[in-house]
Amino acid sequence: MSLLQVRDLATHFFTRDGVAKAVDGVSFTLDRGEILGLVGESGSGKSVTGFSLIGLVDPPGRVVSGKIVFDGTDLVAAGEPAWRTLRGKRIAMIFQDPMMTLNPVLRIDTQMVETVLAHADVSRAEALERARQALVRVGISAPDDRLKSYPHQFSGGMRQRVAIAIALLHEPDLIIADEPTTALDVTIQAQILSEVQRLCAETGMALIWITHDLAVVSGLADRLAVMYAGRIIEEGETARVIERPLHPYTKGLIESVPHGKKHREMLAQIKGMTPSLLNLPQGCKFRPRCPRADDACLEEPALAELAPGRRARCVHPHVEALQETLVS
Amino acid sequence: MIVYLVRRLGQSLIAVVAMAVLVFLGVYAIGNPVDVLINPEANQAEVAAVTQRLGLDKPLWEQFVIFIGNLLQGDLGNSFVYGRPAVEIILERLPATMELAFVALVLAVVIGVPLGVLAGLKPDSIGGRSIMAGSILGFSLPNFWQGMLLILVFAVMLGWLPAGGRGQTVEVLGMRLSLFTWDGLQHLILPALNLALFKMSLVIRLARANTREVALQDYVKFARAKGLSARRVVTVHVLKNIMIPVVTILGLELGSMVAFAVVTETVFAWPGMGKLLIDSINLLDRPLIVAYLMLTVLIIVTINFVVDILYSFLDPRVRLSEVKG
Ligand SMILES: Nc1ncnc2c1ncn2[C@@H]1O[C@H](COP(=O)(O)OP(=O)(O)OP(=O)(O)O)[C@@H](O)[C@H]1O
Ligand code: SF4
Ligand SMILES: [Mg+2]
Repeated sequence: MSLLQVRDLATHFFTRDGVAKAVDGVSFTLDRGEILGLVGESGSGKSVTGFSLIGLVDPPGRVVSGKIVFDGTDLVAAGEPAWRTLRGKRIAMIFQDPMMTLNPVLRIDTQMVETVLAHADVSRAEALERARQALVRVGISAPDDRLKSYPHQFSGGMRQRVAIAIALLHEPDLIIADEPTTALDVTIQAQILSEVQRLCAETGMALIWITHDLAVVSGLADRLAVMYAGRIIEEGETARVIERPLHPYTKGLIESVPHGKKHREMLAQIKGMTPSLLNLPQGCKFRPRCPRADDACLEEPALAELAPGRRARCVHPHVEALQETLVS
Repeated sequence: MIVYLVRRLGQSLIAVVAMAVLVFLGVYAIGNPVDVLINPEANQAEVAAVTQRLGLDKPLWEQFVIFIGNLLQGDLGNSFVYGRPAVEIILERLPATMELAFVALVLAVVIGVPLGVLAGLKPDSIGGRSIMAGSILGFSLPNFWQGMLLILVFAVMLGWLPAGGRGQTVEVLGMRLSLFTWDGLQHLILPALNLALFKMSLVIRLARANTREVALQDYVKFARAKGLSARRVVTVHVLKNIMIPVVTILGLELGSMVAFAVVTETVFAWPGMGKLLIDSINLLDRPLIVAYLMLTVLIIVTINFVVDILYSFLDPRVRLSEVKG
């Protein structure tokens, strides 16, 4: 059985201006040890999906429907008590901005030890030892000195390592990483990426890597799920999605990624803007920006399996790509 | 750190000197004390004699030089009224005022911070709104009026607590304090509450605003994602961060608390420095007024100094940058 099954998850924000359906009918499955890249433009609902999975959506937001079946238990039905026992222990999360995720007025040891003690009945000394080992594991040297430091004494990359070490403290089954390298410079980003890849392989934990940067996940993730306006519009094995995207939005996204040379040449851009969640177009949400749109798209397509392991939410997908593969 | 301390100490000294000049000129301007002190029927010669005895016949600059000279020796002159050193008289009253201000401060923090945090965590709840409404009242109703209301309700109508005076005191570390006798404590509650109300409202607003801000920070969400209990998130992660501004502001306000005590002490007949000041102003007892003002300045400057140090202990970021600087 898969570790995580998400079915028709809907998380809405009840704001003064109306209901923002930040996540609206997201479904996917994740196996143990699998790495899923969750990709999409800013505002597509990636973070809200992540927070929904760990039960940290704050008012005015709320998970309104759907299932999050984690290791056999539907967390949406079981509610906060179930999440409380899992959070930090079996499901952990890492955030985007390492400058902001560690509490500035607490020492690293305090922040790590409290995490250990939240879920393990051990002595302080034992907790401290576990914290030390976790720091070693993410490649931090002189962990004893580091433990006594405050976050501002660390660089951004170092802080993100500490955050990852904290997430690893209880060897969770699933880590949700919300753009954890976006705020770091490229070399550090590469280091963290390979580090995380190694840790995943070592511990067998599953990972959901949220990013708006296709280039970052393509080397990391086993599978990709592309989000648009609160929905997953395409999903499949990473290499196949990148080489032969089915959804026009995915295709546009891939064509706008610079590759080969470091120079950013003129790239194909997806025309238009992300629609406002309060005023979504009728039918396919990508319709106003889609080069293939026609009247058939006025009815919203479902996420359909177009080939084994390849799903897309589109009336006119680039199936010719699939046929090419078959022919060649 | 040493460099910082010395620099900070220098600033404090400058503040005290500037205040000395202002106090001297200000008090000089408020009238001739001889008119008040002397029998109205006294003749010219008697007036001249008194004026000379008090040193008021000398030119302004000479009086100032004498004033500063004495000040440097810690001598602020004899009270015109009591005929004893002004400083001595004020210091006798100091414990009463400090006790009042201290208890008020503790009340403001102990009641204000939890209420503010609560209101900040649930700003739209009935509780949160009521706390804010209460703090607006505490803010806007005049202090003396709040005091009289407290007397009316708790002393007159309910008869639970005494309306004024200091009650029984005991000597603790050479100071007479009410805090440690049951009778004294009963006398202390109402005036301390009165003095605390304004600051409490301030603390509530400050704590609320900061809680709202801190609660949205990633590190709070991360703390929750780590699986910490809601209780620990609030009492450690949120509270430690909001205490930085609260301590800073309160420290700065403690000085004004001593000054505000003037009103409370008058309403509750609390025999502290504030009440002494009002009496001295009525009698134009110049040395006493000057001594009061100088001592108050000294207290405020000292408090601010201590708060700065305290602040650097609360916020590791300040502590470190100052060590380097
Ligand atoms: N607290 C909130 N109140 C109202 N709406 C919200 C709130 N948080 C999120 N939303 C809505 O949810 C949408 C999706 O937000 P989300 O943070 O998941 O985007 P994202 O895909 O993570 O984007 P980014 O790449 O910028 O992080 C936002 O566009 C916004 O409309
Ligand atoms: S359904 Fe139509 S509008 Fe939507 S992506 Fe497919 S072709 Fe474009
Ligand atoms: Mg996001």
